[in-house]
Amino acid sequence: MTRSLFIINSSGDVFMEKHWKSAVARSLCDYFFDQQRRVLSPEDTPPVIATPHHYLISIYRCNMFFVAVCMTEVPPLFVIEFLHRVVDTFEDYFSECTETIIKENYVVVYELLDEMLDNGFPLATESNILKELIKPPNILRTIANTVTGKSNVSATLPSGQLSNVPWRRTGVKYTNNEAYFDVVEEVDAIIDRTGATVFAEIQGYIDCCIKLSGMPDLTLSFMNPRLFDDVSFHPCVRFKRWESERILSFIPPDGNFRLLSYHIGSQSIVAIPIYVRHNISLKELGGGRLDITVGPKQTIGRTVENVTLEIPMPKIVLNCTLTPNQGKYSFDPVSKILLWDIGRIDVSKLPNLRGSITIQNSASVMESNPAINVHFTINQLAVSGLKVNRLDMYGEKYKPFKGVKYITKAGKFQIRM
Amino acid sequence: MLTAAANSLSNNGGSYSNDRPSSTADPEFATDPASGGFFHSDYKKHEDLKQMLDSNKDGLKLEAMKRIIGMIAKGRDASELFPAVVKNVVSKNIEVKKLVYVYLVRYAEDQQDLALLSISTFQRALKDPNQLIRASALRVLSSIRVSMIVPIVMLAIKDSASDMSPYVRKTAAHAIPKLYSLDSEQKEELIGVLEKLLSDKTTLVVGSAVMAFEDVCPERIDLIHKNYRKLCNLLVDVDEWGQVVIVNMLTRYARTQFVNPNVDNIEDDENRPFYDSDSDSSNTKKSKLTIDSDHRLLLRNTKPLLQSRNASVVMAVSQLYHHTAPRSEVMIAAKALIRLLRGHREVQSIVLHCIASISIARKGMFEPFLKSFFVRTSDPTHIKLLKLDILTNLATETSIGVILREFQTYISSSDKEFVGASIQAIGRCASNIKEVTDTCLNGLVSLLSNRDEAVVAESVVVIKKLLQTQPNEHKNIIAHMAKLMDFITIPQARASILWLLGEYSDRVPKIAPDVLRKMAKNFVNEQDIVKLQILNLAVKLCLNNPIQTKPFCQYVFQLAKYDQNYDIRDRARFLRRFIFDEDGHTKKLPQLAKRIFLAPKPAPTLTSRFKNSEYQLGTLSHYLDMPCAGYRPLPSFPDVAPEPSVRDVASGTTRNARDEYYRKDKKDKKGKEKEKPFYSDEESVQADELNNENESSDTSTSDSSDDESDSSEYISESEKSENDENEKKKSIKVSDESNSEKQSESEESDSEESSENSQESEEEKYKTSNQEAVEKPKSNIDLLLDLDDVIPMTPVMPLSTGGLFTPINLNITNDIREVSASFIPIKKSELLSSIMGHGLKIEYRFTRSQHLVSAYLVTIELTFSNEGSEPVKEIQVGVKNLPKGMLIHDFTQIPLLEKNSELSTTLGINFNDSTQPANFNIDFIIGEDTHSCSVTIKAPIGEIIRAVLLSESMFTTEKTKLKGMNEHVAKVQYSGNKKVISQKVFETANVAIVSSNDEEIRFAAHTLASKSLVLVTIKMIGNECLEICVNCEKMVIGSILLNELKSNLKMN
Repeated sequence: MTRSLFIINSSGDVFMEKHWKSAVARSLCDYFFDQQRRVLSPEDTPPVIATPHHYLISIYRCNMFFVAVCMTEVPPLFVIEFLHRVVDTFEDYFSECTETIIKENYVVVYELLDEMLDNGFPLATESNILKELIKPPNILRTIANTVTGKSNVSATLPSGQLSNVPWRRTGVKYTNNEAYFDVVEEVDAIIDRTGATVFAEIQGYIDCCIKLSGMPDLTLSFMNPRLFDDVSFHPCVRFKRWESERILSFIPPDGNFRLLSYHIGSQSIVAIPIYVRHNISLKELGGGRLDITVGPKQTIGRTVENVTLEIPMPKIVLNCTLTPNQGKYSFDPVSKILLWDIGRIDVSKLPNLRGSITIQNSASVMESNPAINVHFTINQLAVSGLKVNRLDMYGEKYKPFKGVKYITKAGKFQIRM
Repeated sequence: MLTAAANSLSNNGGSYSNDRPSSTADPEFATDPASGGFFHSDYKKHEDLKQMLDSNKDGLKLEAMKRIIGMIAKGRDASELFPAVVKNVVSKNIEVKKLVYVYLVRYAEDQQDLALLSISTFQRALKDPNQLIRASALRVLSSIRVSMIVPIVMLAIKDSASDMSPYVRKTAAHAIPKLYSLDSEQKEELIGVLEKLLSDKTTLVVGSAVMAFEDVCPERIDLIHKNYRKLCNLLVDVDEWGQVVIVNMLTRYARTQFVNPNVDNIEDDENRPFYDSDSDSSNTKKSKLTIDSDHRLLLRNTKPLLQSRNASVVMAVSQLYHHTAPRSEVMIAAKALIRLLRGHREVQSIVLHCIASISIARKGMFEPFLKSFFVRTSDPTHIKLLKLDILTNLATETSIGVILREFQTYISSSDKEFVGASIQAIGRCASNIKEVTDTCLNGLVSLLSNRDEAVVAESVVVIKKLLQTQPNEHKNIIAHMAKLMDFITIPQARASILWLLGEYSDRVPKIAPDVLRKMAKNFVNEQDIVKLQILNLAVKLCLNNPIQTKPFCQYVFQLAKYDQNYDIRDRARFLRRFIFDEDGHTKKLPQLAKRIFLAPKPAPTLTSRFKNSEYQLGTLSHYLDMPCAGYRPLPSFPDVAPEPSVRDVASGTTRNARDEYYRKDKKDKKGKEKEKPFYSDEESVQADELNNENESSDTSTSDSSDDESDSSEYISESEKSENDENEKKKSIKVSDESNSEKQSESEESDSEESSENSQESEEEKYKTSNQEAVEKPKSNIDLLLDLDDVIPMTPVMPLSTGGLFTPINLNITNDIREVSASFIPIKKSELLSSIMGHGLKIEYRFTRSQHLVSAYLVTIELTFSNEGSEPVKEIQVGVKNLPKGMLIHDFTQIPLLEKNSELSTTLGINFNDSTQPANFNIDFIIGEDTHSCSVTIKAPIGEIIRAVLLSESMFTTEKTKLKGMNEHVAKVQYSGNKKVISQKVFETANVAIVSSNDEEIRFAAHTLASKSLVLVTIKMIGNECLEICVNCEKMVIGSILLNELKSNLKMN
């Protein structure tokens, strides 16, 4: 399957390579660069590129390309999913994944890659197992290791590897036993220029941070589990139990993980918590005008916070001279992105941004209007109305501290102008 | 110091973009201590590293190894250090050792002789008591690609394949393809090892074993037979990556071993453009009758994997369903695929590719998710294009309105490539759906006046194609396009217009010659493609209207004769012969010219680019649309299924295999003894199993103890794994066993009633084992019925509370599951006419879906359309006049409904299990006037119940409870097709099929408010008569439902 991996930074340098079979020449990346040059943005790079003898499957994350080299037929999603898992692991280990961090920790990175893939086939990808095999670097441990001569690499097989719960390590101990659940809902919507909802759905996640000693067996139930249209689980969730009782029953991995992602589809009605009234005109003579007002809508009494509007302007726009009555705005003449950071919406005085737009004189005006990408968060609200009913723990004696937090965010929330 | 070194390394690394840096001293090396640049002579390079490696301090060694790994990571050559590094393979420090391994794997190939020095260390490590060390020794040994050690590796693999530790066995499975690629002559011997590993019962091993199988001997499908059922049953617990490989392999297996489940309704396929829900339900019934039980096992056990977080698992299952499942069941994959669209960009791209392919073959599958394919401006271009393609594939008469409106907004996008594709998509919709052809054509013509030239050009090209498919009168469009010749500069568009003028010159006899005149004037400045079309136009005009156009024609040909491009010169020379009889020898060509040039031409068909992909879905080949190395085409289903008994495992080996065996056996018997078709429901299978256990009670007593030990399995194991080295071997053995137990356990938990039934059966068995043994010869069916009656009466309390994957407590009510409707009515009824509503028209429809707010509410879709001349504002529910207990959940206020527009929203009504109508007012504002119209919704009885699934046994017991007053029976004359009975029932009421056979069909539902069961049984008596029996606690509902069913079934 995967023979080699090249990591390429945004300026096109191959700064790390790893081969699981015979080494593959670096010049192979030239095919990749060829394709990359043809497209405008790195996002547009095709994920699969065929070269005469190899297939390059790449992902673009954290401003880096991770290019896997295969020589034979393989499900492309298999490789893509694995590459994403690699990046997730790096983020998990080093708390962020950038070029400098990878370069600094090249030994750990190399050891990780070696454990994750054997002869091109995934071996251990579960974060809990990896962390037992190779300890994540931190300053304290580095110092301790230099003094005691111990190493970050484990000499025994992680117990999880052989058990039924490969995602959890054994012998977990905490003085404070805590379990936190974040119910995050993202509203994806397309709103047309009249303000009507073309398409809206909710994408939700339950991210957990679980620090419980021993082997806790948790059950999480919801007030209204019927809401879910479609769900996908962390492998720890017992599917049968969900099928029959709509209860999440699981032995959690240690630490942070995503327990569940769900989808509430376009068949149901989704409350749109914000509206934007906009008026834009791009005329050749006398420049253009822009007037935008933002207001809350269907928020069930919560305030809408961290509101940001991002408008990628057409190429012909040279500059914007605007006055906001709230927040700050900026216009980047190179990327042509108008960014208006509003903050929280005050109902008594609705945020407004108006002013004039300078337009390139010679250019013929295209009949294309930009779209507004909206970002916002609403705390303590799950917009679908989802509520966690209760969390029970079996298998351990202590009483854990439990917490649930609800957040609604804008996902791919777009307003057509 | 370490980080400093790393930094300096990384600073240098960037500049080395060629694969082999020169080994001579390079100015860059001077600043790099790690590369030994201080010494300028070659032989002393890396001297410091060598010294560090030779020292006896672990810290220094580690430091040196880290730097060397850094060099390798940056792709620089570190092979010179081989002798110094290889010595350290014996190091006690685990991290040094690991890094040496990494180094070895990378360079052993280049330094074969030296690499041999390390072999003895690995051989020793293979005997190490620590399983991790054994495993990693095997890993590295097999990764050293030196052909001389093949026999050693072979031996090591053989040994490790029977190691105690599943982890080592897994590594052995990984080593097999490595050795195979090194020396393919070992194949036969490796297959022997592989066979052993494939029969392994640990989830950890089987995934890797199948991976090795796929790599080494995918053609030896016979190795799978014996393991097939085990693989299916273990699948849920295998790691994600193993799942993908196994499912892909089983897809191929299913294609060779089972017959096509859709074979009986292939005619349908060709007649129908897509499958609506009604045809689905009838198909279900038919296909279930023919599907092999092993095939069913595969489909059933893969279904939960659609919920996996791993996109490639979901994809693998989806393609399995696409390629091997009965048509009606493929639908379930749609939802999961849609979910993947929220994933990373790369995942989206590949999933959309697959959806595009599926959407051609199965149009109905993604229709409900149409809106998920709407394009956002933030999508990357290639994603946009894929979405566009899918939208076009999905377009039908009903959805075309929405789609065209979307396309319209896309045209004003700033992404030019996307705009072009949108216009082409409109063209495709127009040619595929005859109803909208004219609308689209008009729309495209209006685009001709767009200010953006690219838009105009693309429209011209599309209009040209459309006009060809619609050869009727479109004179004015052609005339309009002729005028555009003066403005458009894009050659493709100019050429298209010229072609159109030539083709239809008889429709515009005055314009065409004039255009030719203008073209002739400017001939030299045109692009080649335009010049060719000018020649074409000239010839065609000359044939139609020689008097007016001959001089132009001659002029153009004269110019073309001296053109720079030889294509044009050639073409001119060729075309000349048709119109100018210069030499005058044969007159044949000019005579035939009209028939050649003005022959009616077949219209182009506008199809998706995914039309003819014959590759397996989700493969690399499918994505790239070309055969990749190692791609194996999916075989087509055999006409006759190969002998299914090959999958039977010799009796007594494993518990579940035996169960399967009996199940199969049983099925055959049943088929012979009574003409009762086998129940496809899981419940009935479960019942069969119970029965079998009773039959074989003597053999299965020993197994029951296994079951009970399951419960403590998990804890015992974790304790054991903490044990010290001495006891390790023992513990491994135990965990091994427990794994195999788990397998049998997972088999049980497959079916709905999971552990509880087997538990009962166990109890049952103890009680009755003696009697049963005597009564064996009794018919199987009797036993089945006996048990059916007994099951729900025995107290249900599973003992295995600690079992990991078994639910802790199942109670019986949970066995009634609400399921989605088998049929969704699309007929709308009028709630408010546009005359009564001052221009506002409201229609309603029952969607039979769960209401968001509460399960008690009936979901009603309201469609508002404004047919008046003014916009309607603030539409909302006004005064409600409801009977007691009834409740309306308002729809959200509609602020504005423009004239001639339409909008849908959802209303929820709790009818409180009555057929009383709900009366309420709809308030709205037109202009300045406030209107309030009273409306009434009366739900048919079939809409206030919701389909549920329950086990057959439960159906029978519940039915016996609801006798007497609660039972309503009637007979109906029925001469129509038996196969559509269920369809008709679905149309009448929202019920689900519990079981169905030739004589009797059972349906179930429950009322929304009180959740009382509604059980419908339809018996066929003779050829002409049906007996309908409705059991319901609520007598009124029962009798009304019976009447409705009667009248609906009578109609034919």
